[in-house]
Amino acid sequence: MDNNKLVEVQNLRQYFPVSGGTLFKKKIVKAVDDVSFYINKGETFGLVGESGCGKTTTGRSILRLHEPTSGKIIYDGVDITRVNMLPYRRRMQIVFQDPYASLDPRMTVGDIVGEAIDIHKLAANKSERRERIVELLSLVGLNTEHANRYPHEFSGGQRQRVGIARALAVNPEFIVCDEPISALDVSIQAQVVNMFEELQEKMGLTYLFISHNLSVVKHISNRIGVMYLGKLVELADSEELTLRSVHPYTRSLISAILVADPMAARNTQRIFLEGDVPSPLNPPSGCRFRTRCPYATELCAVEEPEFKEVSPRHFAACHHLDKVK
Amino acid sequence: MNDNLVDIRNARLSFFTPAGEVKALNDVSLFVREGEVLGIVGESGSGKSVTAYSLMGLTAHPGRLIGGDLHFNGHHINIMTERELRKMRGNEVSIIFQDPMTSLNPVYTIGNQITEVILLHTDKTKKEAYERARELLQLVGINEPERRLKQYPHELSGGMRQRVMIAIALACEPKLLIADEPTTALDVTIQAQILELMMDLKKKLGMAIILITHDLGVVAGTCDRIAVMYAGKVVECGSTDEIFYSPSHEYTKGLLQSVPNIYEKERKKLVPIEGAPVDMLNPPAGCPFAPRCHSCMKICLKQMPGYTNLSDTHYSACWLLDKAKFEKEGEARNG
Repeated sequence: MDNNKLVEVQNLRQYFPVSGGTLFKKKIVKAVDDVSFYINKGETFGLVGESGCGKTTTGRSILRLHEPTSGKIIYDGVDITRVNMLPYRRRMQIVFQDPYASLDPRMTVGDIVGEAIDIHKLAANKSERRERIVELLSLVGLNTEHANRYPHEFSGGQRQRVGIARALAVNPEFIVCDEPISALDVSIQAQVVNMFEELQEKMGLTYLFISHNLSVVKHISNRIGVMYLGKLVELADSEELTLRSVHPYTRSLISAILVADPMAARNTQRIFLEGDVPSPLNPPSGCRFRTRCPYATELCAVEEPEFKEVSPRHFAACHHLDKVK
Repeated sequence: MNDNLVDIRNARLSFFTPAGEVKALNDVSLFVREGEVLGIVGESGSGKSVTAYSLMGLTAHPGRLIGGDLHFNGHHINIMTERELRKMRGNEVSIIFQDPMTSLNPVYTIGNQITEVILLHTDKTKKEAYERARELLQLVGINEPERRLKQYPHELSGGMRQRVMIAIALACEPKLLIADEPTTALDVTIQAQILELMMDLKKKLGMAIILITHDLGVVAGTCDRIAVMYAGKVVECGSTDEIFYSPSHEYTKGLLQSVPNIYEKERKKLVPIEGAPVDMLNPPAGCPFAPRCHSCMKICLKQMPGYTNLSDTHYSACWLLDKAKFEKEGEARNG
């Protein structure tokens, strides 16, 4: 089991200083606070949560796009928390949310994809480079002539394909997909989701799939982690998590999904949470979910619940699991 | 005339851009009855927002209404002056937008912005208006209304801001509320709250709602009827159950198949709609969906299909439903 892990995150903490506060006491945002999980080779691990819960930060910290405040990131058995990342950049890549903002408007698609090939010196000469670019574009369903065009000439779905081709250029093993379909039209989202699945089959990729859309995450992932205010609150196989969730936050998240089925929609009993997500600058003491939790007691304010295994391969952090029904 | 609250007949609206004419609305007809919730579903650029904006006379340059008739609550929108339109907006029809941050004025307090509408449309005194604003905040489920009235938009969360937008929209108890992607910018748990609030208020105040969205999940639990738009046309319209359980247009079917269902037992592959959205500057001749349609026929590329009535409430524009007509034309061409 153990040697199957490709990525492991141990007690990851990622804090950011914020301007403001008093002169001597700088404020910090604990964007990710003590998060641990692992991702197996060839697996898709989904990370869901509301905006500001730290899911994107987690993804970026794994790639060392942020320098982790503390904790360890272990990639393929090696602790990469403090090493030179260049050799690892070839093995781990990212696809960003907004295909409009993440492609340089002044570069042709060929150069965007080719840049990675140049940096890592993956092509011996120009014709080899061109061949590789064409190969990558066809892999994501674009054709040769697209290489000479600029990003503005493409639709959102096509741009996201370019972003994926760019990530694939270095032949990575692991890709962080950071909300890769949120900015796309509904009719295009399924195309891109299917492409991610096909590429995984073809190239044996491992994904960290970050999204706020639980239905999509459930569809594509083997296991899912749910985050709330910088903490993992529940983690389980995707089937288990959607059908037998135990944490009150996951429950409300699932009940809030707007199902595209009128009968089901009429019959769902929604669990409404009180209020809004508290500010991460000043998170509640104890369990961070307690301010919105229908089961919260005094204990929750004092003591932080432990993230423990409630049934095989199913973890959750809550004091009142027995009461949540 | 009939007694529908909203009656749009054959509306044509184009944007005259430097690159050419964009037919944002291409012969759109829709109606909304009093107290009814109509969902307009479509992807970006399909004309769903423009349809609703045209009802408020909000068709700014370079957009121009070039045909059709728009009726709302006894008004004939086409011939109304700007002054008359202003009197109507915010009073008889209001709108809430997708992004509550950019639609609230950051330099005025919440109280200021709610009372503005009330003072403009009624002859209440400032004090009465303030009192009404407090009531409205309570109505939309905001705690401590006194304190909130004195706050600025940036002090409120996204969900709270959207509640304030709803309060402003409802200040004069309009007959029609237009909600343009009201939940898209919000978090999942807040989305459900806001939709629930809108449906609740609809029951209390009895207004009609036009709900514009790209999310089939949003309309499934809220709407009485749904219109599906594609490239400036209503391609299918019917009751919510008809659209979801017996869709007849290939685009509607495609949309329904392409969203994953969280309750699905096995992992099925999603069935996407192939191709890219229409280029509105150079729309295809014939049915705009034809280039992406897997049952596309010759005629689809040449001619736009007319509507076929499938029930009293359900109609759809697709040649497949029109086989008889199609075959007849084929004979005529051959013979």
